[in-house]
Amino acid sequence: MSQYLTSVSQHLLNPGGLEIDSLPAVLHQLAGAGIDAADLYFQSMISESWLLEDGIVKEGGFHMDQGVGVRAQSGEKTGFAYSNAITLDALSQAAQAARSISRSGENGKVQVFTRIEPTRLYPNENPLDVLSRAEKVELLKNIDVATRALDPRIQQVTVSLSGVWEQVLVAANDGTLAADVRPLVRFNVNVVVEQNGRRERGNNGGGGRTDYRYFLREDRAMSYAREAVRQALVNLEAVAAPAGTLPVVLGSGWSGVLLHEAVGHGLEGDFNRKGSSAYSGRMNERVASSLCTIVDDGTIPDRRGSVSVDDEGTPGAYNVLIENGILKGYMQDKLNARLMGVARTGNGRRESYAHLPMPRMTNTYMLAGESDPAEIIASVEHGLYCASLGGGQVDITSGKFVFTTNEAYLIENGKVTRPVKGATLIGNGPEVMTQVSMVGNDLSLDNGVGTCGKEGQSVPVGVGQPTLKIDAITVGGTGA
Amino acid sequence: MNQSVEAVGPAALPALREQVERILAEARQQGATACEVSVSVEQGLSTTVRKGEVETVEFNRDEGFGITLYVGHRKGSASTSATGENAIRETVAAALAIAQHASEDEYSGLADPEKMAKDLPDLDLFHPWGITPDEAIEKALLCESAAFAANPKITNADGTSLNTHQGCRIYGNSHGFIGGYASSRHSLSCVMIAESNGHMQRDYFYDVNRVAEELMDPAYIGQRAAERTVSRLGARPVPTAQVPILFAPELASGLFSNFLAAISGSNLYRKTTFLEGALGQQLFPEWLSIDERPLIPRALGSASFDSEGLATYAKPFIDKGELVSYLLSTYSARKLGMQSTANAGGVHNLFISHGSDDQAALIRRMGKGLLVTELMGQGINLVTGDYSRGAAGYWVENGEIQFPVQEVTIAGRLQDMFRNIVAVGADVDRRGGIRTGSVLIESMTLAGR
Repeated sequence: MSQYLTSVSQHLLNPGGLEIDSLPAVLHQLAGAGIDAADLYFQSMISESWLLEDGIVKEGGFHMDQGVGVRAQSGEKTGFAYSNAITLDALSQAAQAARSISRSGENGKVQVFTRIEPTRLYPNENPLDVLSRAEKVELLKNIDVATRALDPRIQQVTVSLSGVWEQVLVAANDGTLAADVRPLVRFNVNVVVEQNGRRERGNNGGGGRTDYRYFLREDRAMSYAREAVRQALVNLEAVAAPAGTLPVVLGSGWSGVLLHEAVGHGLEGDFNRKGSSAYSGRMNERVASSLCTIVDDGTIPDRRGSVSVDDEGTPGAYNVLIENGILKGYMQDKLNARLMGVARTGNGRRESYAHLPMPRMTNTYMLAGESDPAEIIASVEHGLYCASLGGGQVDITSGKFVFTTNEAYLIENGKVTRPVKGATLIGNGPEVMTQVSMVGNDLSLDNGVGTCGKEGQSVPVGVGQPTLKIDAITVGGTGA
Repeated sequence: MNQSVEAVGPAALPALREQVERILAEARQQGATACEVSVSVEQGLSTTVRKGEVETVEFNRDEGFGITLYVGHRKGSASTSATGENAIRETVAAALAIAQHASEDEYSGLADPEKMAKDLPDLDLFHPWGITPDEAIEKALLCESAAFAANPKITNADGTSLNTHQGCRIYGNSHGFIGGYASSRHSLSCVMIAESNGHMQRDYFYDVNRVAEELMDPAYIGQRAAERTVSRLGARPVPTAQVPILFAPELASGLFSNFLAAISGSNLYRKTTFLEGALGQQLFPEWLSIDERPLIPRALGSASFDSEGLATYAKPFIDKGELVSYLLSTYSARKLGMQSTANAGGVHNLFISHGSDDQAALIRRMGKGLLVTELMGQGINLVTGDYSRGAAGYWVENGEIQFPVQEVTIAGRLQDMFRNIVAVGADVDRRGGIRTGSVLIESMTLAGR
């Protein structure tokens, strides 16, 4: 047995008197006649956070959680129960509740376990332990002092550090048996600057499935601080953003929020099975300009959105969603893959054992094109350049999506000129993607800060894109 | 189908109270000089149906506790879903280890002992439903079939969910305060999809109440969901312009959430709000008042004590348009040299004063402009008050709704929006913690095509 399965099952199962060999009997009970699929998801999680503000480390928090989610499916029906106790009793009770969606009392078939051995994309050590508490506090204080020294206009500095260490074990009646150990760390700097009575805010950070030493290498923690300050100072000079429909150039990296909202959610398998997405039934049709090739890639080492295996035991994968503008694939979990008669894609993810898995994105990005970013900007007579975005949202049924700018500039006669205030941009996903008229050669991924919400569940994700130009999209400023 | 776990209710309170005492004792023993503990257990059932079939049946049961402790003026917190003596010891130890490394902060610590709530009135918040999964499914199916029957343009569904939850919560601290209550919450929501000319629209309707019998009729919820969805078919952008904006009540409550965030202590002491130092200023029109009423029996936002054990009390935030109180916890109050307003954890039932016009009357009064029924994105900068969000709704001309609108934005500054409220309608939304009618704002920038 692999090192992962051994260590994870010892950690999750043994304290409650269970072993991997105890699981087939539970699955047997769960997978009665009329049940198409059944699985058990064991999870433990520890997390911590440290916060510096007003020059002092004001507070820290620690959280421990563990439990098991028990799921049975019959056709399109899902029965689900969970428990924070990992014992045979608790499992049996949860199994009984979950399988109540099927009326039959018989027990069902359980395949012999096949151990899934995916490529491991991140280290399995506890990322919280690589620095002592004193070292974490020291790091926050050092960054605070160095940040305050950057500019006299800085009024407030907030620095935070957080980490999560998760262990999961999935066992299913189809024979799936997989374990994963997932680290996740995050560092963030937020500043408030003031000049002549006007205040603005700047924010920057990063992280990934690695440990805290990541922030000490290549001056990363301080580079987030410098970026936050730079952005805040730029915004001190910002004038009202324009109102109306105009050409927009989006910078590389985190601006991939565009793809996450305009394309990604609409290509999740559940919405397409239900026919509720603006992309439903459009497989192999043109849904974007031919310059656009968009992928969802769960296999990039150490990235925030990556999964060695997803939360159903399917290995993370590189999935082409749109190729040269043509819709090529949806993202699937087991349920929707089974009902749509297609392969699962390693996108079955859940917030925790207390939540049901759904098709979710991992790292979603557009492949590089051929244009020089400078040439893209030079091509715009009057428009907007968005260097950095905030969050976004989409209505997958109508296709309408929004994103908000954090740092944006007017483009006048092919040149980036004055900074403008934050504004919301709105468009229709399939329509906007056909308006992509230039794609840069500068693909980059975000710094590892994304969290995606869907039906009340949050999961870490990544985005990325090259600089690109949209010929027309509505900009929600207040200016002319 | 039966829920196999024992129902959570007031009977669980003594055991939770005992657990709080044990955790407080453990913290003292490990060396904390002060501490506060919150313990909860919650149980629920969620069922979703779609197109006449059951989609999910979920049984929820969550428990856990959280502790914040102090060593002098150093603070640490920890929480867990685990139970038992080991979990208590380890969680306290984790919080303590953090406190020992945190900085000395003269403002930190429990609320003042003499301010702890003394009388804890029973607010009648616990009304378990006892509905079985089969009965829940039946009600949800009834709701959805009413939606399908309401209009042939309803072609698809995105799920109708019935949720019922009940739980208990106890809070205690080392001043000797301990208080708790059981509560319930039930909801029925219906999301439908309509289609015409190859374009789909989705909308919903829902109700939520602490008392199941007071929920709106399932068929009515389905019909309203269908009506709202179909009325969006054919939505289109309108040209960019400065126009009056009428926020439907369920969105107007968001404006007052923004207001609350802007007067909250944590943003005030950080100077991250455009309302810093605004106490005593005229922020809204003179006829408008905003007040908190925390002790209304059965209301969704009711609570007799805040999350630090302070007695909640009724008070105005805005009186005749003037800001008369900030929204403060003990910590933020100390930072500002003020007194807590018993709002640690938020506000408990907020009421916005209103006139006698219903929404139709406000539409007539607006004459020409946009009735907003959906907002997208979080384009709000509290530091500056700048507001810019995606919107959908209905175009109004000659005092009547003309056609549905989508793919536009509305933008302005919150301080101007507050000042330029023309009217608040009598069509109050009673489903949330903020009770307001439709809000008519004199002018905002609408961006479209």
